[in-house]
Amino acid sequence: MTRIAQESAAEALQYGPTEGFDETKAAVRMVMEAEGMSPEPEDIIVTTGGQQALDLIAKTLVDPGDVVVCEAPTYPGAVPVFCSYEAETHQVPMDDDGMRVDQLEELCERLASEGRKPKFIYSVPSFQNPAGVTLSLERRRRLVELAHMREILVIEDNPYGLLRYEGEAQAPLYQLDGGDYVIYVGTLSKILSPGIRIGWAVAPPPVMEKIALGKQATDLCTSTLSQYFALEYFGEGRWRDYIGSLREIYRSRRDAMLEALDRHFPPQATWTRPHGGLFVWATLPDYIDTSDLLAKALRENVAFVPGAAAYVDGRRGSNSMRLNFSASTADEIREGVRRIGAVLSEQVQLYETITSEHRLPQPAQREPSGDVVPFRAPRGEA
Amino acid sequence: MRVAVLKGGSSLERQVSLRSAARVEDALASLGHEVAPIDADSDLVRSLKELRPDVAFIALHGPGGEDGTPQELLEILGVPYTGPGVAACIRCMDKVLAKHLLREAGVPTPDWVAFNSTAFRELGAADALEEIEARLGYPLVVKPAAQGSSLGVRFAASRDGVPEALVSALSYDDRVLLERHVPGRELAVSVLDGDPLPIVEARPKEEDRFNYEARYEIGRTEYICPADLPDDVAADVRDAASRTYSALGCTGFARVDLMLDTDGRPDVLEANAIPGLTDTSLFPMAADAAGIGFEELVSRIIELAVERRGAAEASRT
Ligand SMILES: Nc1ncnc2c1ncn2[C@@H]1O[C@H](COP(=O)(O)OP(=O)(O)O)[C@@H](O)[C@H]1O
Ligand SMILES: Cc1ncc(COP(=O)(O)O)c(C=O)c1O
Ligand SMILES: [Mg+2]
Repeated sequence: MTRIAQESAAEALQYGPTEGFDETKAAVRMVMEAEGMSPEPEDIIVTTGGQQALDLIAKTLVDPGDVVVCEAPTYPGAVPVFCSYEAETHQVPMDDDGMRVDQLEELCERLASEGRKPKFIYSVPSFQNPAGVTLSLERRRRLVELAHMREILVIEDNPYGLLRYEGEAQAPLYQLDGGDYVIYVGTLSKILSPGIRIGWAVAPPPVMEKIALGKQATDLCTSTLSQYFALEYFGEGRWRDYIGSLREIYRSRRDAMLEALDRHFPPQATWTRPHGGLFVWATLPDYIDTSDLLAKALRENVAFVPGAAAYVDGRRGSNSMRLNFSASTADEIREGVRRIGAVLSEQVQLYETITSEHRLPQPAQREPSGDVVPFRAPRGEA
Repeated sequence: MRVAVLKGGSSLERQVSLRSAARVEDALASLGHEVAPIDADSDLVRSLKELRPDVAFIALHGPGGEDGTPQELLEILGVPYTGPGVAACIRCMDKVLAKHLLREAGVPTPDWVAFNSTAFRELGAADALEEIEARLGYPLVVKPAAQGSSLGVRFAASRDGVPEALVSALSYDDRVLLERHVPGRELAVSVLDGDPLPIVEARPKEEDRFNYEARYEIGRTEYICPADLPDDVAADVRDAASRTYSALGCTGFARVDLMLDTDGRPDVLEANAIPGLTDTSLFPMAADAAGIGFEELVSRIIELAVERRGAAEASRT
């Protein structure tokens, strides 16, 4: 910071080009090369976070009533974007291998029979926010094929690709497609810091032109001060090491979370086992509403994101939750999961008590009332 | 005067409180008072002792704010405060207690039964569901005894929906009410120093009921103030509100929420000891309809607080 102030004060405090400095684009290319992509500099635009890239793309492509397709659940921050441009948003279910591309095909077919076609398909293929799952290579190929065959744009939003803790890297959609139908969105938020607000989009020239026009109208250019700061960081040449250290830290936190979930969540719950990224997605019995459960968890000073935020209709997903393992220490994670597990188990038992027709006295299993949380033996050991 | 504005706190209605407080602070400043905003955290008492305010404006909502807790602290510190006193706050916050008092005072309130979670866990309260549904019918309203802003309020359309609704409501409080559903119009009467202000009708635009989002997002609910009601009905509604205010021992102000059933009879749901003061809130809206602007309202509320303290001291000596 001090160095920027001394050496580049004049430039750092001026407007810059709308699409970002050449040096920033070179840094973007370097980051993308780490995942096997090599975009042309003129296809890159530097934005105020990946969030702005999403907003500009939607602004450019979507007219009210247009169809947009995304995953179910989808990135909660994308929901207000699609809504504000009045898109008709369809959500395609996922499993452990990411978006069900077969169901996506069916959806496109159905739309085609009505003479309609999505404006774009929005996907977070790697370590998805919020579900934590990753699109398999086979499905990536099919998705790109579908895009070519049906001439549909795909938005690949990839903030977490470099944060892999196990398994082999998967080719980004952008690489598989060569930049014909895939618009790529990246960010420094998860590999440097979210506060500097640097993201980018890579798009073919006709789309890029419109995005740049939109950018001009919105904020003229991305903060030059932030770009200088990012360049300073990449100039030091230690960014790969830094990501390496993040991976180490996050891997152990993820392991702590998965272990704690096994230990403290009731058998009625299921959850994803992410190979990277920041999130685990847990699905609870359908009679549990996680916005209500959150009220109970907050009294124990723990929080999670209720799943409904990841659905456009705000109704589905009410029995699911997103857990973030990046921002707390392993010990805090274990304690937090224990507390959520305790309030959840309490609600599950309550439901079962209320619904069971033959409530036999089970003194050994009865929970003490009040704030005391009973110790639960790990599954399999009891 | 030096006015401490108590705000925030850790309740689920914290955000609402911050919005109420922001508006109150602006008004107090333009009235020429010295404004000292205080976030209600573990330093609350210490801050109050240091500050020695002439009066405290309580802009807290929900448990921990309008349940008598800060009121009790202000009593012991000898700081006059706005709104109802400790006992009235306790009565308003607890919907079960409030409904018993209303019933005793002959104020109409929908029939209900209430249990805590122990009744379900240990006494098999769920086995009484048959009797409960025979008495209250469906849809059945299930809600936590102590919460606000419609959080945890569920409607069960049939027996199948009851367990889920109970689990939701019991996430907010250990005690829940099962209440007879009153179809009709949703009304709110704010009472200022014992006098009912013009009646507000709230008509949610999309949702079939008045939930948290509808309440605080501008444009989600249509408000009509004064509500378009025949004179005799309006008089009944105001009367029910005044009687609720006195039955619960309120002073300063309170907002009474009620349903007007399809026969035009009011049924009181609850009283709020510290109604919201945000831009979309009903109390300021009603005051405005009575020709009392926001600044004047704030000024009246402060005066009432100081008067009440004076009266209490006079009766003690
Ligand atoms: N018995 C009832 N009949 C019909 N609607 C009800 C009933 N109880 C609550 N509601 C609806 O739920 C909302 C919130 O209930 P209320 O008792 O006022 O609790 P809160 O303290 O959350 O405001 C009411 O404004 C009304 O729309
Ligand atoms: C999938 C996804 N897209 C976009 C963003 C926005 O990131 P930013 O605007 O900080 O670059 C996030 C942040 O959490 C994200 O998870
Ligand atoms: Mg109410």
